[in-house]
Amino acid sequence: MEFLTAIFVSPFIEIYEYPLFFIEVVLGGLLAGVMYSLVALGFVLIFKASGVFNFAQGAMVLFAALTLVGLIEHGFPIWLALISTIIVMIALAMAIEKVVLRKLVNQEPIILFMATIGLSYFLDGFGQTLWGSDVKVLDLGIPNAPIEFLGILVNQFDLVAAASAGTLVAVLAIFFQKTRIGRALRAVADDHQAALSVGIPLKTIWAIVWAVAGLVGLVAGIMWGTKLGVQFTLTLVALKALPVLILGGFTSIPGAIIGGLIIGMGEKVAEVFWGAAFGGAIEDWFAYMLALAFLLFRPQGLFGEKIIERV
Amino acid sequence: MSAHGERTFGDVVLRVDDVSLSFGGVQALANISFEVRDGQVLAIIGPNGAGKSSMLNVINGFYHPQQGTITYKGETRRQMKPHHAARQGVARTFQNIALFKGMSTLDNIMTGRNTKMHKNLFWQALHMGPARKEELEHREFVENIIDFLEIEHIRKTPVGRLPYGLQKRVELGRALAAEPELLLLDEPMAGMNLEEKEDMSRYVLDVNDEFGTTIVLIEHDMGVVMDISDHVVVLDYGRKLADGSPDEVRTNQLVIDAYLGVAHD
Repeated sequence: MEFLTAIFVSPFIEIYEYPLFFIEVVLGGLLAGVMYSLVALGFVLIFKASGVFNFAQGAMVLFAALTLVGLIEHGFPIWLALISTIIVMIALAMAIEKVVLRKLVNQEPIILFMATIGLSYFLDGFGQTLWGSDVKVLDLGIPNAPIEFLGILVNQFDLVAAASAGTLVAVLAIFFQKTRIGRALRAVADDHQAALSVGIPLKTIWAIVWAVAGLVGLVAGIMWGTKLGVQFTLTLVALKALPVLILGGFTSIPGAIIGGLIIGMGEKVAEVFWGAAFGGAIEDWFAYMLALAFLLFRPQGLFGEKIIERV
Repeated sequence: MSAHGERTFGDVVLRVDDVSLSFGGVQALANISFEVRDGQVLAIIGPNGAGKSSMLNVINGFYHPQQGTITYKGETRRQMKPHHAARQGVARTFQNIALFKGMSTLDNIMTGRNTKMHKNLFWQALHMGPARKEELEHREFVENIIDFLEIEHIRKTPVGRLPYGLQKRVELGRALAAEPELLLLDEPMAGMNLEEKEDMSRYVLDVNDEFGTTIVLIEHDMGVVMDISDHVVVLDYGRKLADGSPDEVRTNQLVIDAYLGVAHD
């Protein structure tokens, strides 16, 4: 009885009594969700263009952040370190296309998936060999103090993260929908052979997609790195992107964003108001439970293309 | 008899010379040679499994033959590569329709302009400046094709939702968007009803007449083939049985045997 009250009654009383606090929690959750979306976005890009689930996305996030911090530690000014890291990520994408993907054209998606697992281990190791495995502090001068807005406390850093994510998504959306290359990307995702027949060079397109995913990884790496420190656990952040993808659908950029927001908000609200009923630490599994529910009832996600299989 | 009456053609655009292709132990094409002249409509016919689609795939570079050469616009090659072929003015459609199903009719046809768009990545990424202007020009070209094929009403529809006959038309549109010099059509009328076939025949002839596009097509409907083609190549079991005008081919005993079967004693 006590348990049921803790689930169905007390949280709502609490919300009713402290509405501002509730809004604060929701807002904090939404902003944290943006950070999940950033990681999920990298997955979506590669999945859209090649149908491959890129297990190495988390490793790319870490690699980008490590490279950036490493260069700053070697005395590069921040802007130069940023540009150099961008170049490194583009070069990395081209190398991946040449060394890994090109050999695997026309292979089953599962083969490509396994290749990305290998890639993920390689990048983890390579990044740490180059730059060391200590926890590094990444400070780009983004303010991190909470500010008060209409009586609600909001973290400035979270606002910056949300703004960067918003910009990134807007640019990507235009890039995908309105340009020749964007159209070519979508074409390649739909049908390799037809894409070749209209003269779309598959290899170039793959290199571009991986480069863009690498850049998105860099942005995610900067945000997460600033928050958690640049270290191996950054790759685990990618795990949190999985439920986001299941909610939003693997093929939808807006899906990745909204999925991230729902998960971020959901787990914060659940933790704060329902945590007590379950003895706390809901945050760790809430996202996965939500994803499981989605898999049962709406496997294509909120925005994914509906899977129609002719039998 | 050809629907065009007496026609004259230009130089040889495409020469296939002694091409052989096998997959493991299966001989898909054996020592095939033929020529296509500028402005011609050439049909490749033959029973199922004769190697017709393989022949088209060799011409646009999806398959690489083990033997023989392909001479296109004066350049002789052992094999073509798909995106080079596209850049050199070869466009094609597929037997089983290979459209980008999630994209609208308009976007599908726009991909056909791919080889014609040159503005660099930087402007494209920004979606402004010269790239935007270029996009608009191409858009106009594509709208003309849409008018030509009478598919205005489905411009914004994702092609995956369209009926089969319309999808075939969109696929033709995408091929036309590349302003091809050589158009390869793999069974453009398969699965169509009489009316749709007549429409499609008219489009094919119009393309040939208005733009002077050379066309190589595969078709099963003999009525259609005899009506629209200038020249017919007959394949059977990967070998060439006959090569001539529709009338010559129709009366060729080997061809009749292949289609009707022959008693072996």
